[in-house]
Amino acid sequence: MSVTAASGQLESASAQAGRPAGFGHVMLAEWTKIRSVRSTVWSLIIFIIATLGLTALFTWLTVHQLQNGHGPRRGADLLADPVSFILGTGLGLGQLAICVLGALTMTTEYSTGVIRASLLAVPKRIPVLAAKCVVFAALIFVIGEIVSFCSFFIGMALVRPLATVSLSQPGVTRAIIGAGLYLTVLGLFALAIGSLVRHSAGAISIVIGLVLVVPPLLGLLDSYSWGAHIHAWFPTVAGGYITTDHQQAGQLLTPWQGFAVFCGWTVLLLAAGSYLLKRRDA
Amino acid sequence: MIEVTDLSKRFGDKVAVDRLSFQVQPGRVTGFLGPNGAGKSTTMRLILGLDHPNGGSATINGKRYAELAAPLRTVGALLEAKSVHSGRSARNHLLFLAQTQGLPPSRVDEMLDLVGLRDVANRRAGGFSLGMGQRLGVAAALLGDPQVLLLDEPVNGLDPEGVLWIRNLMKGLASHGKTVLVSSHLMNEMAVTADHLIVIGRGRLIVAAATEDVIARGSGQAVRVRTPEPDRLTDLIVAEGGKAIPAANGNGNGVEPGDHAPVLTVTGIPAPRIGELAAYASIVLHELTPQLATLEDAFLELTADSLEFGHLNPEPAGQSTEGNAR
Repeated sequence: MSVTAASGQLESASAQAGRPAGFGHVMLAEWTKIRSVRSTVWSLIIFIIATLGLTALFTWLTVHQLQNGHGPRRGADLLADPVSFILGTGLGLGQLAICVLGALTMTTEYSTGVIRASLLAVPKRIPVLAAKCVVFAALIFVIGEIVSFCSFFIGMALVRPLATVSLSQPGVTRAIIGAGLYLTVLGLFALAIGSLVRHSAGAISIVIGLVLVVPPLLGLLDSYSWGAHIHAWFPTVAGGYITTDHQQAGQLLTPWQGFAVFCGWTVLLLAAGSYLLKRRDA
Repeated sequence: MIEVTDLSKRFGDKVAVDRLSFQVQPGRVTGFLGPNGAGKSTTMRLILGLDHPNGGSATINGKRYAELAAPLRTVGALLEAKSVHSGRSARNHLLFLAQTQGLPPSRVDEMLDLVGLRDVANRRAGGFSLGMGQRLGVAAALLGDPQVLLLDEPVNGLDPEGVLWIRNLMKGLASHGKTVLVSSHLMNEMAVTADHLIVIGRGRLIVAAATEDVIARGSGQAVRVRTPEPDRLTDLIVAEGGKAIPAANGNGNGVEPGDHAPVLTVTGIPAPRIGELAAYASIVLHELTPQLATLEDAFLELTADSLEFGHLNPEPAGQSTEGNAR
């Protein structure tokens, strides 16, 4: 830190050696950002442990109770639709970690002030959000697919005494891959809300409300035709259709249609987030 | 070169920057001076494209900040507000910034060495002291070896060693032909650092001139004199055409504890001449100090009308500026 060193090293050859920056550079930078904070690592560890642990626990408990004769209400679900049961239990709670991580990935830029450094480095602004989405989506997709398949295999082993499920049954592989896709888009959905709200607690509350609180309330409207449509087209409900191996009775959208609706909502929110990122003072 | 033309920024009803125009030339340190709330930070954020102006423009080497291809290789900025994730290490903070510009990771290590953070490079930045945080900010600003530097209150909260380090760094950068704009509300710091001054108040330009010229605009040079024989010295000074006023109140206490000799504030005669006069008359002097606060006086005089929260001007803040902005 000596003063002489300061003036000596001011003109460095290596500072000039770099090539013009492009989107690839911004993506690399976003990867560095996302891997270098503990919240990423912890969120993903919690996601993996919660999802696999709860899948094993719920499935084992339910099977155990059925075998001992006192079948809980859940037991009927397990026997009627084992694939949905396996993919629904652990991931249903584990997905909250993805929601939190998605929202934090954007909101910590604001709470820590890093957004200023980010926008000084990339003053066109939109590439920051775009690169963040690509890197985050890739990360969640890889981990989401691994966890989805692991969940399924754990569940498959545990239900074997009562039911037979396998990847070759119709819709099963699609539902497992779909669970990973759902988690990826859910993460982006949370990230988009983070880009709109710019506040960690606010963004997390909104996303968890949309995932856990609103869908059951909308379910109450199913007896009306318009209510059923609102329910079916609601982002987190429509997105979930792809994680089941077959369409439920009365389900208005096919799995892929539902997924497309979820993607549409997410793109819409990201577009709004991009517009505001460009317009607002940082 | 930084060129600001008719730049204006409003936050709701409040005018933060009001048709401000100035240029910052390369090869010298330009001080950006003004009372708190004068609009210094906002002007810098407008130059850097973080805030959007309501009117006018700011360009760096002829381009708006957002048009720069690899901005950190043209402009380095140290903002007053923190811009580091407390959970990320200094190395990773610099690394992601370097990656956005296509700079090699080796450049990060060079910067860590330069600012003396090599040993703590892998520690979380949240545990850094104010001085270490400021060094990390300087490393980020110099990362792309930029031609233009904007530093917002860089010596705020630094210890004397840190202040000296920043001061020499800025002078070194300017001597390498770089454009250096440094904001401060500390006049004395600017007096010893800046070659040129841009003084603003209430978002408007008050004066842009060489530092000596700004000082000269203030009331004449004042010299603080401590002597056990104030009456004899006063007579000599008055005979020479100067003025000597007893500095009665408050800071009349000397540097030496227990020295109760009276203090005079002399104007109209430079310090060497006062020393000569005292020597010829065999008057003992305990202290003979040219007032370093002269720039401060000049500054207070210049900005007296524009102090946002000043008691000097009871007019409600913002009223006159708003009227002119319409």
